[in-house]
Amino acid sequence: MTKPLLELIGVEKSFGPNHVLRGVDIDVAPGRSLVILGGSGSGKSVMLKNALGLMTPDAGKIVFDGEDVTHDQGKEREAMRARVGMLFQSGALFDSLTVWENVAFRLLNADKMKRSDAKDQAIETLKKVRLGASVADLRPAEISGGMQKRVALARAIITKPDLIFFDEPTTGLDPITADAINDLIIEQVKALGAAAVSITHDMASARKVADEIAMLYEGKIIWRGPASEIDHSGNDHVDQFVHGRADGPIQPAL
Amino acid sequence: MSDASTTSSGGFPNPLAWLGRGTLGLLSEIGRISIFSGRTGLAAFSPPWNLTQLWKQIVAIGFYSLPVVGLSAVFIGAALALNIYTGGNRFGAEQFVPNIVVLGITRELGATITGLMLAGRVTAGIAAEIGAMKVTEQIDALKTLSANPFRYLYAPRFLAAALTLPILVLVADIIGVMGGWLVSVYALDFDSTTYIRNTVDFLTMEDVSVGLIKAVIFGMVIALMGCYQGSKSSAGATGVGRAATLSMVGAAVLVLAANYVLSTFFVQIGI
Repeated sequence: MTKPLLELIGVEKSFGPNHVLRGVDIDVAPGRSLVILGGSGSGKSVMLKNALGLMTPDAGKIVFDGEDVTHDQGKEREAMRARVGMLFQSGALFDSLTVWENVAFRLLNADKMKRSDAKDQAIETLKKVRLGASVADLRPAEISGGMQKRVALARAIITKPDLIFFDEPTTGLDPITADAINDLIIEQVKALGAAAVSITHDMASARKVADEIAMLYEGKIIWRGPASEIDHSGNDHVDQFVHGRADGPIQPAL
Repeated sequence: MSDASTTSSGGFPNPLAWLGRGTLGLLSEIGRISIFSGRTGLAAFSPPWNLTQLWKQIVAIGFYSLPVVGLSAVFIGAALALNIYTGGNRFGAEQFVPNIVVLGITRELGATITGLMLAGRVTAGIAAEIGAMKVTEQIDALKTLSANPFRYLYAPRFLAAALTLPILVLVADIIGVMGGWLVSVYALDFDSTTYIRNTVDFLTMEDVSVGLIKAVIFGMVIALMGCYQGSKSSAGATGVGRAATLSMVGAAVLVLAANYVLSTFFVQIGI
């Protein structure tokens, strides 16, 4: 069995009396695409921020490539982040920079690459997500939501990371654009041979991009299996979520 | 349902609990601002510096504040001259208008008015920009891209404000004195040459330096309050709006408080 690239072991996180994560155990191996399902407010984003080191767990461990990175700071944390890409739910593109400066942000700031070289590399990466050089000098506000997601994907993959996180990659997009984003995710993850962790509540997206699917409920992973088995999980919670029923053990987040 | 720990038996708020909670909250906030200021200062005064961001902020904070500072200064100088003339008239001291205008503008009003105007224009702008970046996950994105927000966002604003405020205050001093001259010559029938000679004769480097030193401190306060409130902005338009308001009010009060403390200090050391 391949050694996992990322492991979350017994991760717990609370905000005051609100216990968001209650012992999450999950891992992903290189070249595999794991999708984590969960309803609104189930703690998916908190789990992802803990994995990225944007939050520190109250208990448990985050292991990246065999190293415990739970409490890493400074250069050790930067070394991990240099191998990780992240596509934020909102895109999180920097408004004050052009499209190419967004895509090449790490190259310009962390790697101190020459601007002309960084721009060339950004334009090459934009081509990989089906965006032409004509958008390179525009600001994020001047392009559509679907294009912003592609720019954010280009920013996530430009340094050829070993692990890519996708936070609700298709949220807010029409079904056709969402499917195009899913195709790009699959294509780029395969091309890089990277591990991918996506969190979503979009079942169409989950079915398309996942090798494996896990379900987060009340702060724990309650089911995990191959994507092909999601319709036969034998778990009432998963079954209700997959079929989008209001009736069942999961109470709607009203 | 009332909280038993904060209400007395009659259902009225327990003043001791209220006072205790307020004190603890205030101390926590002072602690958080101190840590934030320390980290920003450390990033500002140690390499590497992000010169591109620094230049952008010098233009945004310094250059684009020139109109508002200039307009405020001319009116303050003009009003000051009128009031000194009217007040001085009561005991035959109208001739001191140029002296008091230049003293008041350089030691006090140039720096204070610039500080207050920038608390409105710059602090609220910084808080709103950083608050919006926070709620749209741009600050998280910076961290994942190995950019430290203290170096990339806060330190350039802090340095830019500390560097440009003295220049703005110098401009405010010149325009403020000009405002006084305009009113004195064209409304109060002062002789232009005499007014200018009296102003120049009375002006000392110490008076100008007092205003410029205050300006450096005001610049730091203005940038820190904007960055701090923006960085802890809560989600949504309300959160960003609240951060902008709190930052502006906080910066204005701190500018006035710092002005008093610094004035006391300069008087104590005889400047």
